[in-house]
Amino acid sequence: MPVQVLGEVLSVKRVGAYQAMTVVAPGLPELTRPGHFLAVQVGGPESAMLLRRAFAIYDVKERGVYGGTVEFVFSVHGKGTAWLSARRPGDRVDVVGPLGKPFRLPKDPVTATLVGGGYGTAPLLPLAHALRERGCRVDFVLGAGSADRLFGQLDAKRIGQTLAVTTDDGSVGERGRVSDVLPEVLAKSRSDVVYACGPMAMLQAVSAQAAAHGAPCQVAVEESMACGIGVCMTCVLPVVGDDGLTRMVRSCVEGPVFLGDRVRWSDVGTVPPDVVGAPTGGH
Amino acid sequence: MVDMSTTLGPASFPNPVFTASGCAAAGQELAQFFDVAALGGVVTKSIMLEARSGRATPRMAETPSGMLNSIGLQGPGIDAFLDKDLPWLADRGARAVVSIAGGTVEEYAKLAQKLRGRPGLAMVEVNISCPNVEDRGQVFACDPRASSEVVAAVRAKVAADVPVFAKLSPDVTDITAIARACVDAGATGLSVINTLLGLAIDTTTMRPVLGGVTGGLSGPAIRPVAVRCVWQVRQALPDVPILGMGGIRTGLDALEFVLAGASAVSVGTTVFGDPTAPVRVLAELEHALEVRGFARFADAVGLAHRPPELRVPEDADPPGDLLPEGAP
Repeated sequence: MPVQVLGEVLSVKRVGAYQAMTVVAPGLPELTRPGHFLAVQVGGPESAMLLRRAFAIYDVKERGVYGGTVEFVFSVHGKGTAWLSARRPGDRVDVVGPLGKPFRLPKDPVTATLVGGGYGTAPLLPLAHALRERGCRVDFVLGAGSADRLFGQLDAKRIGQTLAVTTDDGSVGERGRVSDVLPEVLAKSRSDVVYACGPMAMLQAVSAQAAAHGAPCQVAVEESMACGIGVCMTCVLPVVGDDGLTRMVRSCVEGPVFLGDRVRWSDVGTVPPDVVGAPTGGH
Repeated sequence: MVDMSTTLGPASFPNPVFTASGCAAAGQELAQFFDVAALGGVVTKSIMLEARSGRATPRMAETPSGMLNSIGLQGPGIDAFLDKDLPWLADRGARAVVSIAGGTVEEYAKLAQKLRGRPGLAMVEVNISCPNVEDRGQVFACDPRASSEVVAAVRAKVAADVPVFAKLSPDVTDITAIARACVDAGATGLSVINTLLGLAIDTTTMRPVLGGVTGGLSGPAIRPVAVRCVWQVRQALPDVPILGMGGIRTGLDALEFVLAGASAVSVGTTVFGDPTAPVRVLAELEHALEVRGFARFADAVGLAHRPPELRVPEDADPPGDLLPEGAP
């Protein structure tokens, strides 16, 4: 059950190429699990930007001097995120969350590999803590275009048994993609499960490599959303259900976490002809 | 305290604020944020005979004070809707306004038949902004004859005490001609307006943003168009109830529609940015009526059409009291 809070901004910090914002949001931390996301109004009450911006929840604190707080990470690439990055402590932002289905945690103390692309690492760090609390071994593979677009490298190093880093430009770690190093990491760590968050192309590659390794894989997708709460039907993607049928499902309520082998990656952005309710001659 | 009740033909509602079709699914998601029975009615996403996948993504583009959508009426089909969604609304005491959409007159008639006698059904809204597959995909709502055929077919199947509203498209030369055709065919009232057809182009990819190329424009950007349409329909058909919608974000926005002639309003796109907007708009509308001296919501309906001699002096406190009962 999400809450809607007009929360005070505590801080907006630059983290490499990204921004991390902490907002006072009573009631939200208690409900949050790793993989949940939130949706923020941008531009103020008279804003010409009507749609919320959705971000993975990075960190929550249930108590403290300010009461419950929530932190999320974003990248400025439009007017909405530019507005957000210009908020100052004491400003207020309207937050709805937690939203979506979080990562499912294993019952047993398994070995987990966490793969993050860019600021997609943000929800993986609280996940890593939760896994460690259950006695799991955690290995990290983080990738980004360049060093400043890597997120959470130090935390990952501290929490994880191992950390592999790749950048497209080779400015840090190995030059290349996470998929260049993931098979080796999975083999070495004998990973039982894989969790990933990042761009869709990365999630597709990671899902395939996890499947080849024989490990179940949970991915948190980034689909463009208008409402974040399941009413607008814009954030759909083709996902295979337990009954073997493909449906266009909402990544905001049925996701953002999906099993990697259930998403029809190559058909994202299309309506496959065998999807439930696919257009026939009539439509 | 303002008496916020309203009537739409044979049906009464405790208040005039509804959700808008396609902006509230079938109520469950919004119930996480407020009691859906607190609204005048919950207008469901348009339901079709069969399950429908909708269009390819991207399905949405944010535009200045608005958005374009090209969802393609994704939905579970009428049978699943009647199994799960309508009973859910009925159980909660919500008044369900079921929006129906079809590709042929016959499909609309079948949908209306299936709705007959269902508990919780307060009203039927006919989404006529659909391509008529029997007429080269010409949109029903753009043709008076096609609109009237759909409305007549639906009216014949829906119980007499359940209002049937036809939802009008603003993308026509004369909206009052379509309005008249729908009313002559038996529509109880009119939902004014559906989205305007728009298109956005991504200047990076240099292609249309939406997978469906064109999309429906909604949000505050279209409000003046919507208010104009309500005004024109009210002027042409003063006795026909109107459910007004198009970019309502606040109680004062809603009041504009009411003054233009709407007996009830739908809050649509604003819900995407503010899930509690419908109940907020209701509270704001009630307050706005109260400070203007209205004892009854119904007295404000169409008041902007009053003759010039019925002026409301600027320094008057309760302006409503200066006007005859039931003005204009």
